Amino acid sequence: MLELKNMEVSLGGQPIVRGVSLRVDHGEMLGLLGPNGAGKSTLLRSILQLIPSQRGCIELEGQSANDIPIQQRARKIAYVPQQGPVNWPLTVERLVALGRLPHLSGWQQPAALDQETVERILKQTDLEHLRNRAATTLSGGERTRVLLARALAVGAPLLLADEPVAALDPSHQLQIMQLLRAYSDAGHAVIVVMHDLTLAARYCHRLALMHEGKLVTSGSARDVLNPENLAAVYNINARYSQGDEFYIIPWQRVADRG
Amino acid sequence: MTLSRLLIYLGVLVSALMLVSINLGSGQVNMFDLLDPDRSAAVRLIVLEIRLPRTLIAAVAGASFGICGAAMQGLLRNPLASPGLIGSSSGAALGAVIVLYLGWGQVFWLLMPLGGMFGALVAMVLVYLLAGRNASIVTIVLAGVAINALAMALMSLILNLAPSPYAVREIVLWMLGSVSNLGMNDLWVLLPPTVLGWLLFTGAGRALDLLTLGEDTAHSMGVDLGLLRTRVFVAVALSIGAAVSITGAIGFIGLVIPHLLRPLVAYQPGRLLPASALGGAAMLLAADIVVRLMPPGPEIRIGVLTAIVGAPFFLFLILKTRRWQI
Repeated sequence: MLELKNMEVSLGGQPIVRGVSLRVDHGEMLGLLGPNGAGKSTLLRSILQLIPSQRGCIELEGQSANDIPIQQRARKIAYVPQQGPVNWPLTVERLVALGRLPHLSGWQQPAALDQETVERILKQTDLEHLRNRAATTLSGGERTRVLLARALAVGAPLLLADEPVAALDPSHQLQIMQLLRAYSDAGHAVIVVMHDLTLAARYCHRLALMHEGKLVTSGSARDVLNPENLAAVYNINARYSQGDEFYIIPWQRVADRG
Repeated sequence: MTLSRLLIYLGVLVSALMLVSINLGSGQVNMFDLLDPDRSAAVRLIVLEIRLPRTLIAAVAGASFGICGAAMQGLLRNPLASPGLIGSSSGAALGAVIVLYLGWGQVFWLLMPLGGMFGALVAMVLVYLLAGRNASIVTIVLAGVAINALAMALMSLILNLAPSPYAVREIVLWMLGSVSNLGMNDLWVLLPPTVLGWLLFTGAGRALDLLTLGEDTAHSMGVDLGLLRTRVFVAVALSIGAAVSITGAIGFIGLVIPHLLRPLVAYQPGRLLPASALGGAAMLLAADIVVRLMPPGPEIRIGVLTAIVGAPFFLFLILKTRRWQI
């Protein structure tokens, strides 16, 4: 669905993403992990062509992303940025309905299908009771859900979410992850940037680990989050679950040991 | 309230104010006297040559001030933004003042509006070059403030160097803004760049709606930010440049009107554009009517009136913004 080949991205002459190759398929949820400054957000932004890549190529459904007109690309990739702003107090319903605008051309007015989509998404994301609230008056968890609902309303085959569960309580974290997983189970591709290793392991089909702009490894949670990788990339040790279910608890900084 | 219903209400208000404006004034003349064959020559002069252009210019210029304010607030996502903030108004004023100072306005009347439009365009181009194509909002505002300050300084220099107190008086009075003593010629000069500017705004509404979610999200949803900025800057330069060069620097309409109407369009920046155009027309028409109803004596200029009403409103807006943190 999406294939990145040997991507290199620099900001202000500083290389941020260095030779990353990665693919994600329809119906797959990929967790993109790595410490702060590893280049995860920059990689997402370059997929969206918000930052030009110096080398490499991005193929979306077999077509070079550079060749896809911006309006067409908006229907193929939906994006939830890190701490996305809401600048005016639009109601929740109107804000979610903005997600349908990439499907409307020129003076075309929203059709019944667009309204049905908005209603379905409001129901899925449990936002029906907030539909008339100003989005600027919502709590952090509600706001994240609204911004995600806006992205889901696009109905794009690829969804990019940059740290959507950061700063949320455990209940809201689970809710957002369930929504993302349900979107991928419906046949869409999802790339989600995360710091919570356990949540990533629990909900993502596959994980990719980045460090200093490079892709260290990708694969199953057990393979990616092994003690060697955690020590090399995060400089931490972790405690692992004993049974069939895989979960880990970051336990100690390697430098603090002793 | 639906947008179409709001636009109908505002359209009725503007039409009513235009009727009042055409029928208001000394000489006990109203538009129905046009039908009286005995009075037709004088009446035609008063109604069609004096009051009609005044009314139409107030409506068109007011609409430009309103729509440009709404567009700048949407683009910069700041309720305190206005065309004045990014230097277009002062650029236009400087262009027109230079023509006044050099006395070219008396040589060829068209040079004054052309000077204003040129000044606005130069100011916007300078802001654009200073800030760069993909600049942040802060950089654009800072560049606008710098160009604004430069234009004001150059205007002060021109006043300082003016050859006579009469020239100073003429320039200062013009800068205070007015729609009196204007003819149909002025309207024909005002209309082409204004309509071109308005047309450029027509396709920008949805992009401004998407900017509510920030530049990255707007880009991901198909908004070419560089193109949108260029489009809004050129539209503001054309319509504000034309309006200021004909009416003088009339401030605060672009600030006050979008803010008043925003709750009525459910805070959607795209829907605010046509509503603010009609609201701006209504405010300038109303201000002109109030000025004409003042007791005889030195004429109060419209720019002074809108500033007296607008400045306290601006302060109120700052206090409210601080409290709401919008």
